[in-house]
Amino acid sequence: MSTPAGSTAAFTPTSRTARLSAGAADYLDERIGAARLVKGFARKVFPDHWSFMLGEIALYSFVILLISGTFLALFYVPSMTLVEYEGSYAPMYGVTMSEAYASSLNLSFDIRGGLLMRQVHHWSALIFVAAIVVHMLRVFFTGAFRKPREFNWVLGVVLAVLALAEGFTGYSLPDDLLSGNGLRIIEGVILAIPVVGTYITFFLFGGEFPGETIIPRLYILHVFVLPGIILAVIALHLALVVAHKHTQYPGPGRTNDNVVGFPLMPVYAAKAGGFFFIVFGVIILISGLVSINAIWVYGPYDPSPVSAGTQPDWYIGFVDGLLRLMPGQPEFTLAGFTLSLNVFLPSLVVPGLMVMALLAYPFLEQWVTGDNREHHLLDRPRNAPVRTGIGVMAITSYCVMWAAAGNDLMALAFRMSINDLTWFLRFMFFVLPPVAFVVTKRICLSLQRKDRELALHGHETGRVVRTADGEYFEVHEPLSDTERWLLVQHETYRPMAIPPKAHEDGRKPSVVERVRANLSGFFFEDRVEPVTPRELAAAQHHGEHEAIEQPTGDEAARRELTSGTPD
Amino acid sequence: MSDVQLPNSGQTAADEPDGGRTPVRFRNPGLPAHRHRMADFDPRAAKRAERQVLVMLGLSALGTIFFIVAYFAVPLDGTFATLQVSNITLGLGLGFGIFFIGTAAVHLAKTLMPDTEMFDERHPQRGTKEERDDAAAIMVQSGQESGLGRRPFILGGLVGAAALAPLPAVVLLRDLGPLPGDALAETLWDEGVRLALDPSAEPILASDVTLGSVFHVIPENLYESDHFLDEKAKAAVLIMRVDPDVVEYDEDRVGWDVDGIYAFSKICTHVGCPVALYEQQTHHLLCPCHQSTFDLTQHCKVIFGPAKRALPQLPISVDDEGYLVAQSDFLEPPGPSYWERG
Repeated sequence: MSTPAGSTAAFTPTSRTARLSAGAADYLDERIGAARLVKGFARKVFPDHWSFMLGEIALYSFVILLISGTFLALFYVPSMTLVEYEGSYAPMYGVTMSEAYASSLNLSFDIRGGLLMRQVHHWSALIFVAAIVVHMLRVFFTGAFRKPREFNWVLGVVLAVLALAEGFTGYSLPDDLLSGNGLRIIEGVILAIPVVGTYITFFLFGGEFPGETIIPRLYILHVFVLPGIILAVIALHLALVVAHKHTQYPGPGRTNDNVVGFPLMPVYAAKAGGFFFIVFGVIILISGLVSINAIWVYGPYDPSPVSAGTQPDWYIGFVDGLLRLMPGQPEFTLAGFTLSLNVFLPSLVVPGLMVMALLAYPFLEQWVTGDNREHHLLDRPRNAPVRTGIGVMAITSYCVMWAAAGNDLMALAFRMSINDLTWFLRFMFFVLPPVAFVVTKRICLSLQRKDRELALHGHETGRVVRTADGEYFEVHEPLSDTERWLLVQHETYRPMAIPPKAHEDGRKPSVVERVRANLSGFFFEDRVEPVTPRELAAAQHHGEHEAIEQPTGDEAARRELTSGTPD
Repeated sequence: MSDVQLPNSGQTAADEPDGGRTPVRFRNPGLPAHRHRMADFDPRAAKRAERQVLVMLGLSALGTIFFIVAYFAVPLDGTFATLQVSNITLGLGLGFGIFFIGTAAVHLAKTLMPDTEMFDERHPQRGTKEERDDAAAIMVQSGQESGLGRRPFILGGLVGAAALAPLPAVVLLRDLGPLPGDALAETLWDEGVRLALDPSAEPILASDVTLGSVFHVIPENLYESDHFLDEKAKAAVLIMRVDPDVVEYDEDRVGWDVDGIYAFSKICTHVGCPVALYEQQTHHLLCPCHQSTFDLTQHCKVIFGPAKRALPQLPISVDDEGYLVAQSDFLEPPGPSYWERG
């Protein structure tokens, strides 16, 4: 501790504390090889960036979920046996309800700090899923899923799905009116599965809905099976981060072969460890100040009443919204069997396809680029315009679905017809995503052009100078090498050549070859290449005041040849 | 690799217009010079940072003590007011107690621990030629030593047995629940079962249902059932009284209403939420979950939203004492669609 950082000089214990630590270290080393562990990991370098903390938030909220959940489990009774409520909340006194709901009420009204822990648990669940989603977006938009991290992306998608499952199983446990209606919707959704839906429902609910077994079954999934799997997958996810070493943003001194940052001990441990306490503290403060899911207002579950404006937790909203948007027509009867595509498509097929698309994307992109190298330097989103466009397109369609889950509240707030609003959102579901793609791609290309402009001509100074010839120009201040590097460091892919009608050996190009070439064209046809030293030299040769049009590719080389000749 | 078309790939310096004097790509300029922080060279700044860390740790301790005091000082008495006070005080105490430990640690790391950036080298995931050859040799050797290649029947048997072994786990799940049978199609409604108020189960006199009114209804015998919630989830009904002339004539349904009192299943044919909202002026029923809208004047046909089928109608009549009774069960299964529904 007292040695200066980086010092490797032999350490001779002098003080009493030092002698004790040395003894403990010796004891551990001889039994578990602690020295090798410390040497291998303690000075491991982690790069620093705010966006790398998103995954940390997800991890920490999971830990907070385990802590607060353990407290709740001390008092919660996972039983649907009907009892008369005899707790201290007067408005519910004597009401018949399940033990699950009664114990949830007790947690709020009779256990000091119980409501706080319930709030902490609920808030950290919301934040857990949100952090996972935003972390995934960061990984997607910066291309951190590229080789060698494809498997870790897959594990991340698995974690996201598991987190949704955890959220849903937990949401149902209080067995209040709101969560019961959520379960009812799930029952309707499972019933819509062709052929086996009815059987799955009866096996899941132990008979008819709601039955008396669903709460204990969800409970064991929620507190044991799912968290166990999540923990195991998190362990793998982090082990791969260690094995791959963390990606880093491009910048001066950062290359594909190094990682620049701070050592695990002490800096990173203090920062990341401290951040855990910050996340924990903030979640507790939110929980103390903003109470959500006031289950005592809803009452126990009963299949007959429902409150208007019911909303699922935010992360299930997109499915609920799609259920609302889907018209009823695609339900039909075939040979005496009913196929409810109006339910099956939006609630199971589309989310399934979304997960498939997420799982497939890294492999698809690698197939299109044909790039088999390892990538440890992150992309700036603007430098991958089509990928960024695809990402924003996905976010947009997600947001339309999500907004649709609040169509009743929006119609109420803005005094609109809910039918018109639903129709509007139905159209937007098809219109907005492609628009978002095109706009995003164009914005990315423009930002790249701006980068080129800046790299070629430097900063505008606002100083206008008149030459002896009477010519006016604005003086531009050239960029320093370190400043310029970020703008010129990236590589661009060029589209693959469209395969000829027939190969030289007379073989026709396969469909796969043609699809791949077309996709490659889709991805890389429109591109802005980074400034090369030649271009910079040419720009400086022309004089800083003269605008240089931005040439690309072969055209650039041609123009270079002509303009390079002395006047 | 041959498909990768990187900018400037395949070009040599000699191809360049200026004969190779300008490099093809910019060179990484390396890490910019390190900028020291105040605390690195000014002992007073370092001392100040140290004090700030200590203050944060002190605030954390105060928060924790505040939590413990609040825990014992704010009793819960079952009212929402004390609950709120308790939740806010406990939350603030515990929250600050934990939050400030975090800020103290981060502040310490950012101001007083070294902030010179360090390098680690990366190595490709791919092993070296020797490692890969050795690994391949080990795998081949293991395969040979296992002898499975020479004894293919053992391998086949192993795969077969291992594939069968998990089946008991599937079979064991069989008793999770009964087979569906006709359970979803049958409700407590039957000839002569009285319509009763939800949740009191008091029977309803036809004369009490005035024009324009709406009642939430359950079968009178609901609570005699062992699993009354299961039964209620299928049998819940809405009755509404309207001017019989506003409802379209349907010869199949003649005599199913009692002087304009119509009974329809309350369970949405979409995914089963209760269709609980009745608009008296338009005679529309709306499901608050996904906004399926049913038109009473067309026998609860769907006029908007994600449901396809009309709400099933319960044929009703009046018994000798003037109470509303069912003529029979629903003539089709109520609630969400399912495969075997037909």
